[in-house]
Amino acid sequence: MADLSINFAGIKAPNPFWLASAPPTNSGYQIMKAFEAGWGGAVWKTLGVPVINVSSRYGAVNYRDTRMMGFNNIELITDRPLADNLREIEEVKKYFPDHAVIASLMVESRAEWEQIIKDVQNAGADGIELNFGCPHGMCERGMGSAVGQEPEVLKTIVEWVKAAANIPVITKLSPNISHIVDPGLAAYQGGTDAISLINTIKSIVGIDLDSYAPYPVVDGKGTNGGYCGPAVKPIAMHMLKDLAQHPEISKVPICGIGGIETWRDVVEFILLGATSVQVCTAVMHYGFGIVREMEAGLRQFMDDKGYNTIYDFTGKALPNITEWKHLNLEHKVVAEINPNTCVGCDLCYIACDDGAHQAIALPTDLTNRVPSIIEENCVGCNLCSLVCPIENCITMVKKDDGTKHSTWAERTDADQVPTTFDDDRAGGKGHFVPKPSDALK
Amino acid sequence: MSEYKRPTSEADFKKNFKQKKPLMNTTEAFYESSRCLFCYDAPCIQACPTHIDIPLFIKQIQTKNTEGAAKTIFDANWLGNACGIVCPTGVLCEGACVFNHQNVPPIQIGRLQNFATNTTIDTAKDIFKVGKSNGKKIAIVGAGPAGIACACELRTLGYDVTIYEAKDKPSGLAVHGIAPYKITNEEVLKEITFLQNQLGFEILYKSPIETKEQLKKLEEDFDAIFLGLGLGKTGSLEIDGEDKKGVIGAVEFIEELRSKQHLTKVPSKVVVLGGGNTAMDAASESARMGAKKTVLAYRNSKEKMKAYGFEYDLAISAGVDSLFNVVPIGIVGKGKVEGVRFAKTEMVDGKLKTKNNDVFVVRCDMVIKATGQAKQGSFYELIDNLEMDSQTRLKVNNETFQTSNPKYFAGGDAVNGGAEVVNAAYDGKMAALGIHQYLNK
Repeated sequence: MADLSINFAGIKAPNPFWLASAPPTNSGYQIMKAFEAGWGGAVWKTLGVPVINVSSRYGAVNYRDTRMMGFNNIELITDRPLADNLREIEEVKKYFPDHAVIASLMVESRAEWEQIIKDVQNAGADGIELNFGCPHGMCERGMGSAVGQEPEVLKTIVEWVKAAANIPVITKLSPNISHIVDPGLAAYQGGTDAISLINTIKSIVGIDLDSYAPYPVVDGKGTNGGYCGPAVKPIAMHMLKDLAQHPEISKVPICGIGGIETWRDVVEFILLGATSVQVCTAVMHYGFGIVREMEAGLRQFMDDKGYNTIYDFTGKALPNITEWKHLNLEHKVVAEINPNTCVGCDLCYIACDDGAHQAIALPTDLTNRVPSIIEENCVGCNLCSLVCPIENCITMVKKDDGTKHSTWAERTDADQVPTTFDDDRAGGKGHFVPKPSDALK
Repeated sequence: MSEYKRPTSEADFKKNFKQKKPLMNTTEAFYESSRCLFCYDAPCIQACPTHIDIPLFIKQIQTKNTEGAAKTIFDANWLGNACGIVCPTGVLCEGACVFNHQNVPPIQIGRLQNFATNTTIDTAKDIFKVGKSNGKKIAIVGAGPAGIACACELRTLGYDVTIYEAKDKPSGLAVHGIAPYKITNEEVLKEITFLQNQLGFEILYKSPIETKEQLKKLEEDFDAIFLGLGLGKTGSLEIDGEDKKGVIGAVEFIEELRSKQHLTKVPSKVVVLGGGNTAMDAASESARMGAKKTVLAYRNSKEKMKAYGFEYDLAISAGVDSLFNVVPIGIVGKGKVEGVRFAKTEMVDGKLKTKNNDVFVVRCDMVIKATGQAKQGSFYELIDNLEMDSQTRLKVNNETFQTSNPKYFAGGDAVNGGAEVVNAAYDGKMAALGIHQYLNK
């Protein structure tokens, strides 16, 4: 049976499922409930300077009947007294000595950092997470993402914290930056023990069509909130990959955050180099019980693949993520429609004809609606298989024999970069492109 | 044995005649509309006799543009609300839904349609535009679905419209002849009120057109005349004892039931003659009115019935018994019905033969004849050059719905011999366009 326990930069936990610093970790009550439900760790809602919150605080992006595909908030760090939080940290650790309790912190001056680090260490926290990500409210006061967006400042604060702390330090990065390696490297150079990412993304999730104010609406006005939930997962995974492939940054462990809800998400983040994950939106949507699906799925996956610990497959996808110039130009796939399962919605036809490469034809007889692939026009783009609503109906079939290999990089090196549009490998060669006037027929 | 108790109050009646397709609530509509695939050249549109842009109106419901959805529906079908409820959607739009091919329940198009139109009708908002008056006047005979649809379309084209209706309510069989569990009178009438309030056509009630003089006057006063008379009373079976008390036509029975509801007298044993949808309705209604035994008798085999399978199943589920291959040869009883004498039939060389030596009597207190309505042939003979086919159906041009007498147009049951509300609504609209074309030559 798989062993899910982890040692993350010296912080031990029974499993890699941690709660992110957010509303679900606002109190000892919630965290104890979460540990009871199966969570292995929790990052306490950020402790720091006194704040005042607004009402309301959350907004969502719904897609058709899917609620909260994306989610944003304009809530600040904890507004509960520091003393209460410290007392509850101590109590939680008494009940759950083997679970990870990490204190998320956000203050301004060096003296404040040193004091609060002392406080949480005394309370028994297993580690510290530096909140350099919050994209609203706190950044206007020179904290949160204001730090995360300034690598030099970030590095300095990490150095202060490392000098003061005797428990592991995790630096949480903001995605509101064009190149995530810059703050990642600054954190590494500042001596951080680990990195977690991503924090929320600056966002406007919607506009009320009557009041013309963005959601969430606070007395007729709104502000940019921090975006999270399933919608941000691809952005988080890309940033995780950038850090995990970096020769220096990858020396410290990385905790993956961003839209994680299912065991599949967890496995994907681990395959991209994360050795623990943090979850918030899924819990805000479904409660702490959602972890039982993650745990069961992760165990099943590990048993099926024969992995004993999560370290057995950490980063396994990284060697396969390369630059475009290293992709094999000789590889060729073509779509295939299974006529036995096709229901004839013809979405593949219209998607290809209007949105791609005019490589699908409608049937000429009226007895059925099963379309067919025009193989010479099919570039293997996947679009039809992506829009097809039927399980396993359209598949992409490999057409090359796998013996040839050439990449843009290799061709550049060999001075074989095409100078005309008639290269054998050119996407458009051999394709039939309808005349513009055919559109009006 | 019927499972229904005899209704003695309006509440009992409502319970026994529970709406088969109840109005969706907003949550149901939201989730159901989310499922639509927005098929290309959607089969549901092709299957709808009025070609409503179904994927569009479902998408409009999804995006909470309910009024827009109603406009899309009414744009194709003036009786959009009634049709959403009473259409045999299982053999039309919903039967064509591609989901059927993978055993996924089809989209509940009828109920979504009803949701959009009903919601919009309840707002009483003006959503239609009356055309600029062109000074021309059209008379319509019959305020059934065909006549109403024709009137609405003509008003949008700027014609003055007067409808002559023999009865005291509009919408013909939609209000008088449809099973009460399919649609309520209020539901039918409120759609007509909605249309009439905005489009302003005149309906003269209790104004049957029956004589040559009346027709001459119409011809003098109006630029064109639309015949939407439907069919007549239930025809005669030409058998002994048909005049006995307790023998009633299905159309007359349903009309009485719809107006008197629980006060309609239905005795304990009822025989229903016929194999069409009206026979199924009448049998089901008899059972729901608490008849202890309702026997449906059809002269041919079950497979030869004209009724839809689901209508037969509905009657059976209401507790109706059925007899096949039996033909009534006489009604027995002293002054009042006491039974029906049947002879068995058999198919010989593709022809149905009556076995006169194989005769039996089914005891009953009431006989409902659902064996077809009489044609209006004698009325049509009052109009010059009006051609009919061998089944006394008016012959019309299948695009303009113009009859052989150019001043007259026709549609609905008078032309098709008896079909659905949706067919009549289509005919009426097309005839209006035909009239417009004719008067603008």
